[in-house]
Amino acid sequence: MEKFDAIVVGAGPAGLSAAYTLADNGLDVIVIERGDYPGAKNVMGGILYSEPTSQIFPDFWKEAPLERPIIEENYWLLTEGSVTKVGHRNEKFGEAPYNAFSVFRAHFDKWMGEEVKKKGGLVICETVVEDIIQKDGKVIGVSTGRTEGDIYANVVIVAEGVNSMLTQKALKMQKMNMKEDQLAVAVKEVIYLNEEKIEDRFALEKGFGATIEVIGDATKGMVGTAFIYTNKESISIGTGALMSQMIEKKISPNDLLEAFKSNPMVRPLIQGGETKEYAGHMIPEGGYNAMPKLYGNGVLVVGDSAQMVNGFHREGSNMAMISGKLAAETIVEASGKGDFSEKGLASYQSKLEESFIIKDLKKYKNASEYFDHNTELFSLYPELASDAMYNFFKVDGTPKKEMQKKMMREIFAKRSKTSLAKDMYNFWRVLV
Amino acid sequence: MSKLDDKLFSNRYKSYKETHLFVTDSDKCLDCKDKPCTYVCPAAVYEWSDQENKILTAYEGCVECGTCRYACTFKVIDWQNPKGGYGIQYKFG
Ligand SMILES: Cc1cc2nc3c(=O)[nH]c(=O)nc-3n(C[C@H](O)[C@H](O)[C@H](O)COP(=O)(O)OP(=O)(O)OC[C@H]3O[C@@H](n4cnc5c(N)ncnc54)[C@H](O)[C@@H]3O)c2cc1C
Ligand code: SF4
Ligand code: SF4
Repeated sequence: MEKFDAIVVGAGPAGLSAAYTLADNGLDVIVIERGDYPGAKNVMGGILYSEPTSQIFPDFWKEAPLERPIIEENYWLLTEGSVTKVGHRNEKFGEAPYNAFSVFRAHFDKWMGEEVKKKGGLVICETVVEDIIQKDGKVIGVSTGRTEGDIYANVVIVAEGVNSMLTQKALKMQKMNMKEDQLAVAVKEVIYLNEEKIEDRFALEKGFGATIEVIGDATKGMVGTAFIYTNKESISIGTGALMSQMIEKKISPNDLLEAFKSNPMVRPLIQGGETKEYAGHMIPEGGYNAMPKLYGNGVLVVGDSAQMVNGFHREGSNMAMISGKLAAETIVEASGKGDFSEKGLASYQSKLEESFIIKDLKKYKNASEYFDHNTELFSLYPELASDAMYNFFKVDGTPKKEMQKKMMREIFAKRSKTSLAKDMYNFWRVLV
Repeated sequence: MSKLDDKLFSNRYKSYKETHLFVTDSDKCLDCKDKPCTYVCPAAVYEWSDQENKILTAYEGCVECGTCRYACTFKVIDWQNPKGGYGIQYKFG
């Protein structure tokens, strides 16, 4: 019977960060992944943040497979025939230690897997964990689809991602049926374009990258966002919206993405490119209120399986990696005491509470639910911004004072003064 | 060929000989007015067949997002992981 110090289910950023930290501390760890290789099942927009990543893999940018360091970030408010933009470019973002990189998860996760192996961890792919083995109320291992495929350990880290079936079914640490407003459905395409075209279209110096986050027509007014990111020789483009609203509006994710791609504000950026991959994935949007129980007897839940994503700031991989690291540190401490009981692992919760993870998830805890019932930020406000900016820039002989009056009249016709004031208060309440 | 078929064709799949998606109680589909499985799936795996009077699943194109399990009106979709090493294998992700 094989027995390890720890088993990690899933080779995503959460699982691999946990495994790396455990192996680095001399513990015997095995990672089990259902894909052909780490990253084979994983999807991300994908902007990876430097600071959290280097907490686990110092100076990773010197070796890891990355696409472009991001020097410019933009927000677009899109309507059918207009866009209102804000953005920021900064040279500081282009220097080590950098702020963020565009990445492909299939490349980056594979690299993290190799780093885990270098530290002595075992990474087994093409293997599904089918069940969690429990005895006397304690998790003692996992069973896989293979013959003699039971594996035992002092503790199991569940890093299975957003489709958290083990957490729900085998462990019952989360409700089986999460609400459809706690999840978003996202699709993404990787569109090939040569380096020069990308740098010309986004006005970039050689090798550097930019991001665009889009709300409004991008999701047909549904709560969600679209994104456009530059890679070395391709553009990542995608859309995502709350599942509850997609169901209600009867919109298919692929149609949403196609509509976004053909919006005249977007089309010139991807023109002439060739689609090399089409991906679909869920994103946890329920935040703090949707989190499962995070630890139990012999078990810890990390990353997307614990619904740790901050949708408003496009942060998920960082929470996954840091929660993996904190889970590993909890296990290292527990190993010292030889206590893997629920009590022995309880410090994982307090570590998360002290970190940005739970603080940020708490801060936005009512946002998804609020916006599911009040979609104006995604439907009406991009239109209002467009009207205001159109009038501001348009020169047609109207005196400015009259123009401003007209502008305000038009806005109040679409939304009353009291409603506008209420919106502002509510946005402030759920977002700030 | 529709655009979506072209896109799915650009993906790398290792198809297993058996499906990993099961509609456990297809009687429920008869009472299901909107049939969300037929439009919320990014890969258009589910299709209503008038001829067979039931939902058919083209599981080979599944990108394994997990959406259908939640979106199903009567929660009758039993979602299993494809056998280890099979299913979608993203080149980029
Ligand atoms: C379209 C999109 C865009 C995003 N953009 C960004 C972004 O720009 N920046 C950012 O920081 N975050 C982004 N995110 C979020 C980010 O991708 C996730 O938060 C992150 O991948 C979570 O990592 P994880 O390790 O918890 O889960 P995952 O990356 O999902 O990894 C889970 C792993 O477990 C494996 N697995 C599951 N069940 C089993 C089983 N039973 N047996 C064996 N293996 C199993 C899976 O195959 C997978 O490899 C985005 C997400 C999406 C969908
Ligand atoms: S959503 Fe569920 S119940 Fe409705 S048709 Fe699809 S599988 Fe059947
Ligand atoms: S998992 Fe996603 S891609 Fe696969 S059938 Fe369900 S909704 Fe479609």
